[in-house]
Amino acid sequence: MIKPTFWDTDSSLGPGKSLFNYRRIWRFAIALLTVVALIPLLVMATIDYNVTRSSLESENLLRTARTTSNTRRTVASFLKERTKALDFLAEHEGIANLRDCDNLASILASLKSSFGGFVDIGIINNQGSQIAYIGPYDLLGRDYRDQAWFENTMTQGTYVSNVFLGFRDEPHLVVARKVYDAKADEAYILRATLDTAQFNAMLASLDLPGGGDAFLVDVDGLIQTPSKFHGKLLQKVDVDIPGYSEKTSVQQTRGGDGTEYTVGYAYVRGTPFVVLVVKHTEELMKPLRTIRMELLWILATSVALILLVIVGVATYMVNKIYIADQTRARTLHRMEHTNRMASIGRLAAGVAHEINNPLAIINEKAGLISDLFHFKQEYAQDERLQKNIQSIIDSVARCGRITKRLLSFARHIDVEMDSIKFKELADEVIDFLRKEAEYRSITLDMNIPEDLPEFISDRGKLQQIFLNLVNNAFQAMSDGGTLSISAAKAAKDSLVFTVADDGCGIPETDLKRIFDPFFSTKKKTGGTGLGLSITYGLVQELGGTMSVESEVGRGTKFTITMPLAGPDKA
Amino acid sequence: MKVLLVDDEVELVSAMAERLGFRGVEADWTDNGASALEMAEKTDYDVAVLDMKMPKISGLELQEKLAEKHPGMRFIFLSGHGSEKDFKAGCAAGCEYLIKPIQLEDLLEKLNQAVC
Repeated sequence: MIKPTFWDTDSSLGPGKSLFNYRRIWRFAIALLTVVALIPLLVMATIDYNVTRSSLESENLLRTARTTSNTRRTVASFLKERTKALDFLAEHEGIANLRDCDNLASILASLKSSFGGFVDIGIINNQGSQIAYIGPYDLLGRDYRDQAWFENTMTQGTYVSNVFLGFRDEPHLVVARKVYDAKADEAYILRATLDTAQFNAMLASLDLPGGGDAFLVDVDGLIQTPSKFHGKLLQKVDVDIPGYSEKTSVQQTRGGDGTEYTVGYAYVRGTPFVVLVVKHTEELMKPLRTIRMELLWILATSVALILLVIVGVATYMVNKIYIADQTRARTLHRMEHTNRMASIGRLAAGVAHEINNPLAIINEKAGLISDLFHFKQEYAQDERLQKNIQSIIDSVARCGRITKRLLSFARHIDVEMDSIKFKELADEVIDFLRKEAEYRSITLDMNIPEDLPEFISDRGKLQQIFLNLVNNAFQAMSDGGTLSISAAKAAKDSLVFTVADDGCGIPETDLKRIFDPFFSTKKKTGGTGLGLSITYGLVQELGGTMSVESEVGRGTKFTITMPLAGPDKA
Repeated sequence: MKVLLVDDEVELVSAMAERLGFRGVEADWTDNGASALEMAEKTDYDVAVLDMKMPKISGLELQEKLAEKHPGMRFIFLSGHGSEKDFKAGCAAGCEYLIKPIQLEDLLEKLNQAVC
């Protein structure tokens, strides 16, 4: 794993230093981009999957319904054809003709050859006894009076039986018609037996994909035609049969062994038959599995690709930020240094003036002493001589103080923590500027109590902070103004210093920007716009805070709060 | 020749006045502009030696005031600050300019030149 360069940066480097937490930015960017990119993708995939599934399901249901309904029609028309054939016979021949055995035999032969499926034919009188019969069995004279179908036919006029084995031990079914003979004024029943071979062939010929099975059951659920998977002939089918309905219905049910089936039901009107088209739901939904796999593949590949791109882009961007930040920090540091050098330059110029005055005194005093020796001989034990020499020594000491201060200022100190008495420090800074204040008749109003607690800080930086603030104030003030410097111990272990002038003030629009680097209202006269931004940076480095209040025409007040404990060891 | 020395450094002007006295130049001194103006009222000075930078009233301002009241007075400026540009900007031609620390002989020479 290649580690990006920003990874090992410590964001808590230096007190108050506002370095970014790159790792957090990186993590945040990745999380956000991932959420934004992946959620729509996942939602789309889910929707797509659900739409495909429901369309596949409804298509399956529809197809099953169609198959079921077609089969019902075929079965219904098959049975209707044959009952209509019996109608035709009754109308055309009349009962008298039909009772004639030879005639009946020829009719059966022609029925067999034209319609097919007929096994036998017979006539039953209203007493329920078989009065004519042609077929392979000896049924003549049989009494059907007590049987349910006889009663039904007599009352309803037509009858189609279940498939049953009967005496012949072969599955068959019976169709019967009630025929009224006007001549004899008696009702007869014309009854024919159909074999199930044609029936079976009709259902078997259905092309049902994927473990489909089409067969007939009666209303009690007994299987009437051979089923491939759902039970033996004349046994109970293993799916539930819904109540009677005119319409074709399709249901998803669970078989006895837990397999899901899609079952189409259609009651065949006027018969005890129900067409069942049973399909394995799982088989039907097989295309979905392929679609699901494809979808998953596409999804997985996209997610992987998106994540890869997101991580790559986030890393690249954060690295760029890191590099930019580093460059910015370096530039600011360089600027700070440059600014410091400029301050020292200004100071040096001031110091030259400061030193020249004591030097001039030394010069005059030394000259006076030599003059005294030259013009008057009696000064061997003179007190004035002593005083003049003392004056020389004092002036030399004054020069020494000034140069020492300059040196302490110019020294390039990185971080030098020191116990600081603020009054001393403020006096030192003000001493540099006292002369300028005098020349410009600026009143210095120092309000710093002697008993302020000492605190640990970087003397050089603190000096620069105050020098910058006082210099700024001087630039804002006209001659004869008042500069107030005050200090006090504030609550929570901190010291508050204020530098307030009664100069031109800062307009409110500029007030928010004065700490920005390169913001300057004096660009034309050589301002760099770095003074206050550097001062602000220094205060932050020392762990303090800085604020400003200003009113145009009334003056500006800078307030600095420094922790008494000093920043943690950097 | 009567000379007025004005400088905010008392030690400097007092020694300078005494040394000039040894050399036969009558020199009075003061450490501020206000008393310099008063003294100029009482005594007729030929030359005024002024420090450029003083509290309250600067050397150039003082020179303007003195020159207004005493048209015949000559001026020599002293400065610890090496900025000749400032001086030229503020002072009309005819002013002399010396940078501290000075050699007394140079001052004497300038004084003599000014009086002539």
